[in-house]
Amino acid sequence: MSVALHGLAALLPPDRLLTRPEQLAAYESDALTAFCTRPLAIALPETTDEVIALVRFCHKERLPFVARGSGTSLSGGSLPLADGIVIALNRLNRILRLDPVQRIAVVEPGVINAQVSQAAAPHRLHYAPDPSSALICTIGGNVAFNSGGAHCLKYGMTANHVLGIKAVLGTGEVVEWGGPSRENIGPDWCGLFNGSEGLFGIALEITLQLLPKAECFHTVLAGYRTLEQAGDAVSAVVANGLLPGAIEIMDALALEAAVAAVHAEYPPGCGAVLIVELEGPRETLAVERVRLDEIIRASGPVEMRPARDADERLAIWKGRKSAFSAVGRLSPDFIVQDGVVPRRRLGEALRQIGQMASEAGVRCANVFHAGDGNLHPLILFDGRQPGALERAETLAGRILKLCIEMGGSITGEHGVGVEKLDYLSAMFNADEIACMTRLRAAFDPLCIANPGKKFPRAGAGHSSSHP
Amino acid sequence: MSATLTATTLAELVEAVRSQHRLLAVGARTKSRLSQVPDGVTLLSTRSLRGIVEYEPEEFTFTAFAGTSVREISQVLAEKGQFLPFDPMWVDAGATLGGTVASGVSGPGRVRFGGVRDFILGVRFVDGQGRLLRMGGKVVKNCAGFDLPKFFVGSLGRFGVLAEVTFKVFPTPASRLTLKLSTSGVEAAARMLMDAANSRWELDALDLLPGGKTVCLRLAGPASALETLSREILARWPGQALSAAESDATWSELREFRWAHSGGVLVKVAITPTVVPSLDTAAHSLDGTRVHVSAGGNVAFISLSSSLQSAALHERLLSLGLPAVTLSGNAPLWCGTRTTPAIAGAVKQALDPQNRFPGLDD
Repeated sequence: MSVALHGLAALLPPDRLLTRPEQLAAYESDALTAFCTRPLAIALPETTDEVIALVRFCHKERLPFVARGSGTSLSGGSLPLADGIVIALNRLNRILRLDPVQRIAVVEPGVINAQVSQAAAPHRLHYAPDPSSALICTIGGNVAFNSGGAHCLKYGMTANHVLGIKAVLGTGEVVEWGGPSRENIGPDWCGLFNGSEGLFGIALEITLQLLPKAECFHTVLAGYRTLEQAGDAVSAVVANGLLPGAIEIMDALALEAAVAAVHAEYPPGCGAVLIVELEGPRETLAVERVRLDEIIRASGPVEMRPARDADERLAIWKGRKSAFSAVGRLSPDFIVQDGVVPRRRLGEALRQIGQMASEAGVRCANVFHAGDGNLHPLILFDGRQPGALERAETLAGRILKLCIEMGGSITGEHGVGVEKLDYLSAMFNADEIACMTRLRAAFDPLCIANPGKKFPRAGAGHSSSHP
Repeated sequence: MSATLTATTLAELVEAVRSQHRLLAVGARTKSRLSQVPDGVTLLSTRSLRGIVEYEPEEFTFTAFAGTSVREISQVLAEKGQFLPFDPMWVDAGATLGGTVASGVSGPGRVRFGGVRDFILGVRFVDGQGRLLRMGGKVVKNCAGFDLPKFFVGSLGRFGVLAEVTFKVFPTPASRLTLKLSTSGVEAAARMLMDAANSRWELDALDLLPGGKTVCLRLAGPASALETLSREILARWPGQALSAAESDATWSELREFRWAHSGGVLVKVAITPTVVPSLDTAAHSLDGTRVHVSAGGNVAFISLSSSLQSAALHERLLSLGLPAVTLSGNAPLWCGTRTTPAIAGAVKQALDPQNRFPGLDD
C-alpha cells in the first residue's frame, strides 16, 4: 500500500496528506462512536479538481475511499476503511453563488448547513432542511444521507431541496445533473444521487433551493402526563387539517437530559412534552393559531406554553435540538435509532419500545419527529461494561424490526451506514437488494466509493472494531 | 400502430412484461409523444391496473395501482379533505398516476411545495427481467435503499413498468383565491413573477398565462386572511380577484392544455424566471407559438402549431441552454440541451439488461 501513498503524495502537498497515527486518530470515528477504524491516510483537498484527481487515482489503484464532512453521521456513514483513505471535504467550504432573485445557492460540499441559511438571511431567505446538527454538519454529508430535520412532513428532506449536483462518480466520470430550475427534464438523476450514502461518488457542487422565510411563527410547547396523551394530541392536530411546520415530542428521560444540559425549563411532572409550530403570513397565522391552541387545550395537557416572542421560541428549540448531546450527560455512550412508523401507530410503538427496553435492562430516551412518525430512541449504555454494547445493539435491532412490522422504515434520515447493515434485508427482498447492488455497480463498478456502507462489503466481515 | 396488451392485475403485468421482447408501458395516453414507439415495440396499457391499495388519511399517504386515474384519486382524497399538492395535469383527460410519474409533469401548484418528485414516496415496478420490485417506502420519511422512486419521475417508462405508487398528500387549504394581474409585457411579467415568488404571501400558484401579459396568482388559506393578502397585492399591481367560477375556468384551461394548439407539438422546458423574456422572444419568432410559463417561472410549456417548427425550436432552446422534452405531437422526444452521463448505459443495464424497454434515445 505504500505504492498508493506514494501516488497520493504526488497529488497533494505533505501538509494536506495526513498519515501519522496521531493525525489519523482524529478521523477514526464519526458520530457513531461505538465503531472506529484507522484509515491509511487522510487527504485534505482544497479544490474540486483535487477531489477529481484523488477519485481518479483511487479508481486507477482500486483504492477505497470514504468522503467525509464534519463526521456527524449517526449511522457510521463516514467510518473509515482500514485499507482505504478518507477524503475530508471541509476545505471545500465556499458558497459559490447566492442568487436571491432565483432563490438558489450553489455550494461546495464542505459548506456547513447553517451557513447557507445565514448567508441567505439578509435576503429574507433560508435553506429549509435543518438536522439537529445543522451548526456543524456539511451539505455534502446531507446530500449523501438525504438528511432530514424537524420540518420534513411539510418541507421534505434534503433531496427535495437539491436542484442540481455536479459530482465525480466512482468511475472517475464527472457528471452534472439538474441546475438552477426547480423543474427537471428526463430521469431525476439528482434525486437518485441524494441518499446514496457516498456509494455513487462525491458531490462537488450542489445547487440548493432557498425558500422565503416564513413571516411569522406560532410555537406551542405542551406538557402531558403520558407519551400516549402527547401522541393523541398530534393525531388531533393532523385530523384538523392544519399543516404544522414541525411536530416534535420528547419523553421524560430526554427532558431530564435537556434540563441538565441547557437548563431548559419544562412544566413539572410531565411524562412527555409536545412542540408544535405553525408558520406563515401573519394573516393566515392569526386564524390558525387560534385553532391550534384550541386543539391543544382540548387534548388535556398539564400545562401549555405558547411562545410569546422570538426568544421564547428559540428557547423551546434550543432544548429540543440539544437533546441528543444532552443525553450524552446521562450516559457515557448511546446509540441513536432512526426508525419510522406510520404516525397512527406511534403510541403503540413507543409502548413496545419501553417494554423491550425494560426487558433488556437498558435505558432508552425518546426524542422524535411526531409529525412524520420518525422515532429517535436514544439507547444508553456504558461501553466499558462487558456486554453493554451488545445489549444496546440487540435492543436497537428489535426496535428496527418493530418499525418494519408496522409498515415503516429502518431509517428516516440517518441512513443505513454500517449501523443498520443487517437490517436492510429485513425491509427489501433479495431481488430488490440485488437490483440496488447492480445500480451501485453502474456508478462504481470497482466498489471503491464508501464500500461497506448500506450493503455489506463483498468478501469482508465487519470492518470495524470497537474502541 | 403498435399492438397493445393490457394488464389488470400485478401477476398479469409481470406476465405481460415477460412475454414481450420489446415493450413500453402506457396509461391513458394523454401525452401522445410519450406513447409513440419504434416499430416492433408493443404497448402495455396499465390503465386497467387500477384502484387504491391503501389510504390512511391520518398518515397523509396513499398507495394506488399505477393505472388509477388522477381524477379518481383526487375525488377520494377530497372526501377526506386532502389533495395532491403538486397539482397533477390532464385530470379531466383521464391521466393516470403512473403516466404522471413517468412523464414527470407537475401543475401550477408545484410552486408552493414542489413537484411530482417531491411527493412520491415509493413504487413497485417490474424491471426489465420481469421482476416485481419495491423501492422507497410507504411512510412520509424514509431514506433506506436508493431513491429510485424519484429517478422514475420523468424517466418515460424506459427503466421499468410502474405497478404501484405511494404518494404523500396534504390537507386541502380552507379556501383559495385567484388574482389576475395585468402587465405591460413579458419583461414586466417576469419581474412580477420574481417579486411575487420572493414575497411573504406564500403563493399557491404563480403562472404567466399564454399571451405573456397576464400573471395569474393563487392564494390558499383561511378566507379572511386571503382577503387581506389580496388587497395588499392588488394595491401593488393592477388586477382583479376572480370569482370561483372564473378561477376554476382559468386553472382548468391550463391543467387540461386547452390553450394549446390541438394536433400541434407540446414541449415542456425547464427554465428559471430570469430567462422568461428571452425564451418568450425565441418562441414567438416561430409563427403561432403559444407559451404558458408555470411555477413562478421554473417551467414553460410551449405549443407549436406545426411539427415543422420543432427543429427551429430545438435550435433556439440550444442557444438559450435550456433542456426540454416533447410531450405531444410528432417531433423528436428531446429538445434543446441534453447531457447524458456516460454511466447512463450502465444504469439502464442494471435495470433492464435485455433492453426490453426502449432506451431514452429510441
